[in-house]
Amino acid sequence: MIAINNVSKWFGDFRVLADCTTRIDKGEVVVVCGPSGSGKSTLIKTVNALEPFQQGEIIVDGVSVGGLGRGLPKLRARVGMVFQHFELFPHLTVTENLTLAQVRVLGRGKAEALAKGLRYLERVGLAVQKDKYPAQLSGGQQQRVAIARALAMDPIVMLFDEPTSALDPEMVGEVLDVMVGLANDGMTMMCVTHEMGFARKVSHRVIFMDEGRIVEDCGKDAFFGDIDARSPRAREFLSKILNH
Amino acid sequence: MTYAWDWLIFFKPSVTGEGLYGWMLVRGLGWTLLISLLSWLFALALGTVLGTMRTLTNRWLAWPALLYVHCFRNTPLLVQLFLWFFVVPELLPPAWGTAIKQLAPTTGQFLTVVLCLSLYTAAKVAELVRAGIEALPPGQRAAGAAMGLTQVDVYRYVLLPQAFRTIVPPLTSDFMNVFKNSAVALTIGLMELTGQSRQLSEFSAQSFEAFTAATLIYMAVTYGVVLVMRHVERRARIPGMLGTASG
Repeated sequence: MIAINNVSKWFGDFRVLADCTTRIDKGEVVVVCGPSGSGKSTLIKTVNALEPFQQGEIIVDGVSVGGLGRGLPKLRARVGMVFQHFELFPHLTVTENLTLAQVRVLGRGKAEALAKGLRYLERVGLAVQKDKYPAQLSGGQQQRVAIARALAMDPIVMLFDEPTSALDPEMVGEVLDVMVGLANDGMTMMCVTHEMGFARKVSHRVIFMDEGRIVEDCGKDAFFGDIDARSPRAREFLSKILNH
Repeated sequence: MTYAWDWLIFFKPSVTGEGLYGWMLVRGLGWTLLISLLSWLFALALGTVLGTMRTLTNRWLAWPALLYVHCFRNTPLLVQLFLWFFVVPELLPPAWGTAIKQLAPTTGQFLTVVLCLSLYTAAKVAELVRAGIEALPPGQRAAGAAMGLTQVDVYRYVLLPQAFRTIVPPLTSDFMNVFKNSAVALTIGLMELTGQSRQLSEFSAQSFEAFTAATLIYMAVTYGVVLVMRHVERRARIPGMLGTASG
């Protein structure tokens, strides 16, 4: 579904991604973790070309992402993305947020887009909030609407960029529940997150990054179970986040 | 000071036989409103395009907009007006220059002032629009792009509607400035409100009344602008948000 081959990226002289290679198969749930500044958010954003890269190639469903130019919106429409800060459009109601891209990008009729949007809103448990504005919702609710908004586009893969990092602790659960549901339904997912409980429960694979490199890329049982076989950097990271 | 106040001067016939003195002011106000409202509409449209261009990564679009803003914002309005009125017609192909000079004098003056004031004000609007767009969280642009919206759609549906909400208060003062700046029209002979009150003062020798009236009329008009914009601001407010900025 997604193949990332030898991708490197520089900000000026600073190398933020160093020769990253991995792949994500259909139906796979992959968690990307690592210390801050390790390049994990940058990596996930190269998949839908929100971040350009200088070397290597990324193939999404048979299409090379680099140098797509005018074809880019078409590819992006098939890749759902959920952001750390939700990024709902504050001047539009929940319903308008759900339908805007369906109508403008996919060319769906208003009624069809609305029906689809409401179906996903129902799924994330927020059907009663359809006429509210984002600022009238809690952070957790906003993130669930953002997930519904991405799902309404019928994406082939979902990218999550630290979807729970900006949430109050009490609201993390409701967002993770939605993500677990999605994973169980077989959605292909790439998630940058520090939620190791989520990684343990539903992911198939864990990618650990440090200083722009993919240091570990292995099954979750190996990652969490066979800690002695991990690299020193990953062991250090795990010891810090698993002991609390 | 011996000055004979005469507040009824506005209801007395003009020595030029043009009707009542008050009527001169009304006609002047008509020109002022016409010039200002038209210029504001053009300036809003042009300024939105220029301000948007300044935020694009495409250098061939961003640069001309920067140059425009630089030229029109950094020279006095009066100089610009004289350039448009006295110099530009001479630089045009002779046939065009002649055509312009053959317009009825008032028409020529009116079109020149609207052109000049529109272009001048557009530079200021462009800066506000740019600031409004740049003040938005960068994730908004990314979210629009990530859903597959084209750049045009991202601006149209996501960025500009939010940017305009943010800049309503400073836009209000630029809108008011258009009315005040329209007084430059008198320097090329168009008798708008300031021009008419000066004539009134000269013909009737009642300068205090003439300019007091003009002052009050300008204040009433600009206060009207404040009321209109306050209404716009209230209508555009996003439920659940404090103020109008996003955050």
